[in-house]
Amino acid sequence: MDGGGHERGMRSGTLNVPGIVGFGKACELARLEMAEDAARLSKLRDKLENSLMQLEETYVNGNREHRLPHVSNISFKYVEGEGLLMGFNKNIALSSGSACTSASLEPSYVLKALGLGDDLAHSSLRFGLGRFTTEEQIDYTIKSVSDTVLKLRDMSPLWEMFKEGVDMEKIEWSHH
Amino acid sequence: MAYSEKVIDHYSNPKNVGTLDKSKKNVGTGLVGAPECGDVMRLQIEVDDATGMITDAKFKTFGCGSAIASSSLATEWLKGRTVDQAVLIDNMDLVEELNLPPVKIHCSVLAEDAIKSAINDYRKKNGLEELVFEERIH
Repeated sequence: MDGGGHERGMRSGTLNVPGIVGFGKACELARLEMAEDAARLSKLRDKLENSLMQLEETYVNGNREHRLPHVSNISFKYVEGEGLLMGFNKNIALSSGSACTSASLEPSYVLKALGLGDDLAHSSLRFGLGRFTTEEQIDYTIKSVSDTVLKLRDMSPLWEMFKEGVDMEKIEWSHH
Repeated sequence: MAYSEKVIDHYSNPKNVGTLDKSKKNVGTGLVGAPECGDVMRLQIEVDDATGMITDAKFKTFGCGSAIASSSLATEWLKGRTVDQAVLIDNMDLVEELNLPPVKIHCSVLAEDAIKSAINDYRKKNGLEELVFEERIH
């Protein structure tokens, strides 16, 4: 065992007392408030999902029944996730399911395991709600995300093809 | 990741978004990229047959902010150039102008490919031989 031989040689290192006390308090709060928080967050999360689903070609990923109360992953078909984030990332902290920033260009393997095609996986955003999320923030998010989706669809060649009824499966894409 | 001010500006106020009539003989269309790869660009040029001058250029892009900015800037550069001059636009010029980081260089390559593809479409429609470009690895 490396270290100073604390705890009578059982475990080296100095215990993180503030961390231990803080974790205890967090558990206490969770026991008292988790049920209420979960109910409140589910309601906000459902509002977020239902409002965003008013946009055409928008899909909630994963099972909508058996799930955590505070997370949502939504695909906005024909707009790319990272481009979408850029429309509001000054004010809203979200992440995209695509990894266009990495050299691999691989979208989320979790979404793919859920059965999504690469195109929908590239068009997804992950929303996380927390204890301090308010309804006002949800309303703001709905508006910002909807506005950006509409704006980017106006400049998306795929959206235009979809609207014109072009069969995109038949196009010979230049994979790169 | 941090985007340069120029990328943010093109993203917020993209230039020349739109569609040209591809049934016209003097309109060349380039469609490059793939939905599964997370970026698709369509770039179109309208050419004055008499002078070979590009009189209009439009784009639509599915992709990240850098992809949108690269294609927006490309349309700006195309307008007012002749087709022969347009062939010379190099992706590294776009990288420099937009301060693209290394992971976003493929966006500029895609824009260059879109330009060349549009030019070749125009040439094909007008009975000219298609130009052959070196294969690029993205």
